[in-house]
Amino acid sequence: MLSLVVDNAPGVLMRISALFRRRGINIHSLAVSVTEDPKISRITMVVDCPAVRMDVVLRQLRKLIEVHWVRDITDAKRTERELALVKVNASPEVRHEVLEAARVFRARPVDLTERTVTLEVTGGSEKIDALIDVLRQYGIREVVRTGAIALLRGTAVT
Amino acid sequence: MAKAMVDRTTRTLKGAEAVVQLLEELGVRWIFGIPGGASLPLYDALYDAHGIQHVLVRHEQVAAHAATGYARASGEVGVCTATSGPGATNLVTGLADAFMDSAPVLAITGQVVRPNIGTDAFQEADVTAITMPVTKHNYLVMDPAELPWVVREAYYLCRAGRPGPVLVDIPRDVLQAEIPTELLRAPFEPRYQPVLDGDPARIAEAAEAISQSRRPILYVGGGAQGASEPLARLARRCRIPVTVTLMGKGAFDETDPLCLGMLGMHGTAYANYAINEADLVIAVGARFDDRVTGRLKDFCPHARFIHIDIDPSEIGKNKPAHIPIVGDARRVLEVLEPLVHPPDLEAWWRQIEEWRTRYPLRWRPGRMLKPQQVIEAIYQATRGEALVVTDVGQHQMWAAQYYKCRRPRQFITSGGLGAMGFGFPAAMGAQFARPEDLVIAIVGDGGFQMTLQDLITAVEWRLPLKIYVINNGAHGMVRQWQQLFYNERYSHVFLRNPDFSRVAEAFGAVGIRVETEEQMHGAIQRSLEVQDRPVVVDFIVDPEENCYPMIPSGQSVKEMILGE
Repeated sequence: MLSLVVDNAPGVLMRISALFRRRGINIHSLAVSVTEDPKISRITMVVDCPAVRMDVVLRQLRKLIEVHWVRDITDAKRTERELALVKVNASPEVRHEVLEAARVFRARPVDLTERTVTLEVTGGSEKIDALIDVLRQYGIREVVRTGAIALLRGTAVT
Repeated sequence: MAKAMVDRTTRTLKGAEAVVQLLEELGVRWIFGIPGGASLPLYDALYDAHGIQHVLVRHEQVAAHAATGYARASGEVGVCTATSGPGATNLVTGLADAFMDSAPVLAITGQVVRPNIGTDAFQEADVTAITMPVTKHNYLVMDPAELPWVVREAYYLCRAGRPGPVLVDIPRDVLQAEIPTELLRAPFEPRYQPVLDGDPARIAEAAEAISQSRRPILYVGGGAQGASEPLARLARRCRIPVTVTLMGKGAFDETDPLCLGMLGMHGTAYANYAINEADLVIAVGARFDDRVTGRLKDFCPHARFIHIDIDPSEIGKNKPAHIPIVGDARRVLEVLEPLVHPPDLEAWWRQIEEWRTRYPLRWRPGRMLKPQQVIEAIYQATRGEALVVTDVGQHQMWAAQYYKCRRPRQFITSGGLGAMGFGFPAAMGAQFARPEDLVIAIVGDGGFQMTLQDLITAVEWRLPLKIYVINNGAHGMVRQWQQLFYNERYSHVFLRNPDFSRVAEAFGAVGIRVETEEQMHGAIQRSLEVQDRPVVVDFIVDPEENCYPMIPSGQSVKEMILGE
């Protein structure tokens, strides 16, 4: 998992994603948003990259002049969140079970129809994976996930 | 009252005028390019320019290659320009070449007016997106007020750290916009500061490793072109053998007995044996390219690596470095050299001399002219002094093998991209950079035809270029591969060529055709006497000659083919 601080300007995301594309590295998830400073954006990305190559990729990212800094926070102590919306089949016979499962994972129902429930869940990626696994038996219609965001714990600068 | 006074003294100038004025102040003397709709304001400003001369080429690819030749011959920034859309896309090959070979090239392109961007307007192309993977950095200037610092930062970035091409794309209405002159004076703080000095602890470690080594070798790349003095001191005082890459030619005197010539796919057998038996490889400004290493896991199986490079992302990219040193090669070697105690290399040199005697570079005379023989004759006639620019293919490798270079920036070639069509335009650029020097282009019959329309540009500027065509009637290197690796199935590789000497005459250059050894010497002499225009000498050579030694692609030194 990488955390990048970059200029909030057109083309920056393309330059960064192109760097991964060119080296055949898949971006597993990507979250970008502006920070407390409107000129600066933070990117959190999870990439499938062997550790040996990651070192070179980090150095290549650092060469881009719009990139202020990059950290590999895979092994760091951090607070990590991802948000997902999961639309699952929930006919009246199983609706109770579905909502019970949601309660265990502290997922909130945000939409309800005769046949479906849409749940909102936040947490680490693994928790969301676990909820999705549980819901699979009822038939998942759609899932959308934001991708992970993370900050280091305490006073450490991410 | 005060405000009114400020208003009276505030002056403006057009965006295009600002660009030209800034380039003049930065020291730019030549721009290679072709005008067009979107860059009209820039050309209007060039009409009044005093310090800058514009060279009108006949194809934008030539502009980019000429700027590259200029940059590589001088070490200064080479500048090229093109209009939007097709003009800009024609620059791409040249930019990719400059990127792969780390040449400082500034490209300025016109773009359609801002309101038309994204509407598929006439002659519109998303040039920043297209050139992103082949430039060090690029800009689309949407705010006229940003134009001055963008031009200055772009120029700075071309040479900061590892050099490379930078592109500035400017919409026509930004070129026409009024800019307050004080913006030209605004302080400029570059956003990128390379690390120039190597880590002293690492340098000490490297010095210790060299002092302890028994079979060291210097592996010198293009990044050492600015470090030749401390490099020569280190090699000569410690008697360390030196091998140069295609890009490193000239960074160390190839006529010095310490030099084993070029290594890699078409390097000398003794250089390749030496580096593969080495216990310590000192890589200076070299990037472990596959044309040098062959199969990576078998490259230098016994060696530890010291890797000196200004670009931190090169270190460990292809081969892990045991002692990585990030910094400017000259500065690092200046600190490193005095710390080294000369190791005992008696046995090592005995071994190397045995290889050198047993496997020399060689060619056999035949009924027809041999390409190697032509290069040797050119080398003799020019006393090894010429600035040599080559195209891409067999002739390029023969030139690298048989034209020994003694000074930095003496050999200019498309190493990384291997762009056919590079040689002649780059030679033009080199001649603009070094008007007093003897500049020769060694080209093949295939590559020359990709950009030879610009002979007229060389004639127009009365450039005394010598263009030596090594004419074997084929895309020779491809033919060689088809012969060796595709069962002699010669697929679309033979060329029906024009009479190059008559083509040259038609353009107003001098043309000479050579078929025999007797004609060869006289023709080279005659070509050297022409001083007011380019000369094309067409050497008809043996079409069956192959380039050896050769390590087949992706193999190791064990699979080296030494030749017939």
